[in-house]
Amino acid sequence: MNQEVLDKLTRLAQLALAPEEARHALADLRAIVDLIDEMQTVDTEGVAPLAHPLDMEQPLRADRVTEQPARERYQAGAPLTRDGLYLVPKVVE
Amino acid sequence: MAHAANIAALRHGLDAGEYSARELTQDALGRIDATNPLLNCFITITAEQALADADAADARIAAGNAGPLTGIPIAHKDLFCTADAPTTCGSRMLAEYMPPYDATVVARLRTAGAVSLGKTNMDEFAMGASNETSWFGPARNPWRPQHTPGGSSGGAASAVAAGLVPLATGTDTGGSIRQPAAFCGVTGLKPTYGRVSRYGMVAFASSLDQGGAFGRSVEDVEWLLQAMEGHDPQDSTSAERPATTRAAAAGMTLGLPREYWDGLDAGMAQCLQAATRELEAGGCTVRDISLPHTAAAVPAYYVIASAEASANLARYDGVRFGHRADAPKSLDDLYRRSRGEGFGAEVKRRILTGTYVLSVGYYDAYYLKAQRVRRLIRQDFVDAFGAVDAVVAPVTPSVAFELGTVQDPVAMCRQDVFTTPASLAGVPAMSVPCGFCDGLPTGLQLIAPHFEEGRLLALGAAFQRRTDWHLRQPSA
Amino acid sequence: MDWESVVGLEVHIQLATRSKIFSGAGAAFGAEPNTQACGVDLGLPGTLPVLNREALRMALTFGLAIEAEIASECRFDRKNYFYPDLPKGYQISQFEAPVVQGGTIVISAGEAEQRIGITRAHLEEDAGKSLHEDYAGMTGIDLNRAGTPLLEVVSEPDLRSAAQAAAFFRELRALARYLRISDGNLNEGSMRCDANVSVRRRGATALGERTEVKNLNSFRFIERAIRHEIARQIDVLEGGGQVARETRLYDAERDETRPMRGKELSDDYRYFPDPDLLPVRITEALLAEARAEVPELPRAKRRRYQEALGLSAAEAWQLAEEPGMAAYFEAVADAAPPRRAAHWMMDQVAAALNRSGLDIAACPVPAAQLAQLLQRIEDGVVSGKIAATIFEALWNEGGDVDAIIAERGLRQLSDADALTGIVAQVVAAHPAQAQQFRNGKAKLLGFFVGQVMQATAGKADPKQANALLLKALRNP
Repeated sequence: MNQEVLDKLTRLAQLALAPEEARHALADLRAIVDLIDEMQTVDTEGVAPLAHPLDMEQPLRADRVTEQPARERYQAGAPLTRDGLYLVPKVVE
Repeated sequence: MAHAANIAALRHGLDAGEYSARELTQDALGRIDATNPLLNCFITITAEQALADADAADARIAAGNAGPLTGIPIAHKDLFCTADAPTTCGSRMLAEYMPPYDATVVARLRTAGAVSLGKTNMDEFAMGASNETSWFGPARNPWRPQHTPGGSSGGAASAVAAGLVPLATGTDTGGSIRQPAAFCGVTGLKPTYGRVSRYGMVAFASSLDQGGAFGRSVEDVEWLLQAMEGHDPQDSTSAERPATTRAAAAGMTLGLPREYWDGLDAGMAQCLQAATRELEAGGCTVRDISLPHTAAAVPAYYVIASAEASANLARYDGVRFGHRADAPKSLDDLYRRSRGEGFGAEVKRRILTGTYVLSVGYYDAYYLKAQRVRRLIRQDFVDAFGAVDAVVAPVTPSVAFELGTVQDPVAMCRQDVFTTPASLAGVPAMSVPCGFCDGLPTGLQLIAPHFEEGRLLALGAAFQRRTDWHLRQPSA
Repeated sequence: MDWESVVGLEVHIQLATRSKIFSGAGAAFGAEPNTQACGVDLGLPGTLPVLNREALRMALTFGLAIEAEIASECRFDRKNYFYPDLPKGYQISQFEAPVVQGGTIVISAGEAEQRIGITRAHLEEDAGKSLHEDYAGMTGIDLNRAGTPLLEVVSEPDLRSAAQAAAFFRELRALARYLRISDGNLNEGSMRCDANVSVRRRGATALGERTEVKNLNSFRFIERAIRHEIARQIDVLEGGGQVARETRLYDAERDETRPMRGKELSDDYRYFPDPDLLPVRITEALLAEARAEVPELPRAKRRRYQEALGLSAAEAWQLAEEPGMAAYFEAVADAAPPRRAAHWMMDQVAAALNRSGLDIAACPVPAAQLAQLLQRIEDGVVSGKIAATIFEALWNEGGDVDAIIAERGLRQLSDADALTGIVAQVVAAHPAQAQQFRNGKAKLLGFFVGQVMQATAGKADPKQANALLLKALRNP
């Protein structure tokens, strides 16, 4: 964990750190890496990863339209909309 | 005093017309008004809606079609979506957010006629063990207000302990119900993963989050669980299981894991020993067992919870809901500043950690490793439950600490050392009050196999028949 | 220098389900912006995905049709990246365990048939649309498409030319339409294609550095863009340069590819299993249901048309491409000579459909009527020319072929005596032309046939008229 990695992480996670947070971030993350590294001593040879605590299978939904248009309700608290569209700063492809 | 009564008594009082739901609600709202400025356990108080709901409950009671919780005051942790009240998740990001729908838990309790008084304080996005990461300031412990009520469901535990509401919903990802219940001297149940619908519960870590219940006694918690639980087709991880019914406690064999004595305060250890003697006196056998991978639970939990959180919290981008930075210069600027301003330091640490453990080059060493450890931890419990009916353990290494005294984020994570194993395994666990250390409550943790909440209720109720820790109340 | 190009395609096929892949919102094209995006599609806090059974069934039908391996279990992962049309900040896709692995699609691009390997096909959710028209200097986001089920089909790098790539895409589209898993409507973006393109010296075995060309959404663009990209890479290499591994966007207006901006961060997608979804078990029942939806496929149909019905390769291709066209053709060919049926389908029927802008499904002439009409030509009851007018009547007014022939007196004059008389009259009326014919101007026979037709209002059997005229002209 170094500044370069931290910079990559803040870019991937799209997070601006406040100056105060930025000062602590590297030390904090190093301490966290030390913490999570504590599990490295566990012998997991031949142990399959467990993604989910339950032995269940995915239920399947019938292909039916159950939702009615409710744009006004969904956009009532939206930060910025126009003509039913959400607006963001110009995207260049 | 209605507010000190248990749910059975309240039910009787309402049905017998000793008091109305409106009177109960007004009484509770009055105490909230008086106490909340000190305890800060509510982020939102929905007085007007509560009184309307109480009137509807009174009408139902009068018509003779009241359900078990009709007219009973409750409070929701502020991450259950409510269509009639803001749902902030303790975050600036959602400080103004009004969901367009009710969470399944909220809808079920609404249908049951329970009267919600408001939304309780919590650590931001349920990340924290002290309530101090809340954008709205920490809730406080009614036993000693300069101390933490625990977290993340600190407001709920505090409100129940202070007698503001008899029941409250909460969620537990790595201990967020059990630890505040222990710190505040109330009963808190984290059901089996899949027992209670997650639909409408703002996600922290999807494979760990589980809704649950706070009450002043095991019996009260049982009333709330029965109204919350059950299959929900809108949650793919919701289990189809018969409703919880209480098992018989007498004759159960209980396992006391030797790894759970590590780092336990001396006073806490004494409480735990005394509690096991009570259980033995109630007809249970207690034996020493081993859950060998316990020490790896906190690191594995931290990896998995952070990884899931890093994706779950990506939707807060300032576009469709939530906080949006002023005058963004570009799309990246919109994202970075909206998220940078909307999230607090702890949430950011978890997002960055989660991003790290999932990124190229680290995925196998951290994320997959943690999942392998998770399997070992679950297997620990499966093996243990081959020999014992339930596990007894401490909930926390120490009693509630003073606000502001645990500054180190890693030290804060270690608060979860005894609660994260059950979370990773997905098994149900409950905290019941079992004594006091330095004048602050301590909790006894009971852990059962998947979907055997009935054993926890039986053991907890048996324990509470023999002890009166749960009846103690903080002085006004 | 002799170069060989190596191309692999990734084709996104929108599945024709009624509702979205993980929500109950409608999936129809062309609704008002954001009216078909429900809470799940918008990524509202607390919402959860539940898998659409029909989307899964369609993916399985596709897998069975290309003779792929279908594992007993598949899984969904999260692909993490920020983009305004991706509401949750991650796309639910399949990375580790896709529903379909392996399989083959056989193409024929002018030359002999060629087997193109399919690496995998996986289910995922579509993103919304960014509308770059100016909204006060901003980009508008429409999330109606978000959550529409996609089947992403990834080919092996088995394609060796732009033409082959286009043929592959064409074959895939025909297949999707046959399987009724997609409408294959390219204008509405129901099939979208990205191409991985590299070149190497002929005879080399290692692959050259590749580029990914995006946004290829029509047969023409695929061929042009890939041809352009191959040429560009050869230019770069022959100029002593190196091909950079990058994503390029095809600009149809300028007919060129250019590097895409803003993609430098998306190289680390941090895939991990979606904890909101459980492993999907592919049961025998589901497979049986999927298998029942696999009809005779285009390639088998084309072969049958050629071998059993005597059609040319081009005719077989044209008639088998659209399942509706093929079904109609087969119904006609069942009761009439197949080759005549084929010619009529591609000629009169296609032209009439084209003129009226109708789809074959809406063809006003029932297949049985067309078959009857063609049989009447075969029987010598009407000529081809008369049949065309009957077809027009059937198209415009409906009715029965035999009834129309009878009512309008369109029966061919095949009575030899009557026709012999008319022929004699025609020859007698044009002595000069008759003399010229006898002097060797053979093409004047056409003139006489025309005269006979005129005299019989087109009802003469042209073959018979020919024979009688020859006889009359040669033996005056």
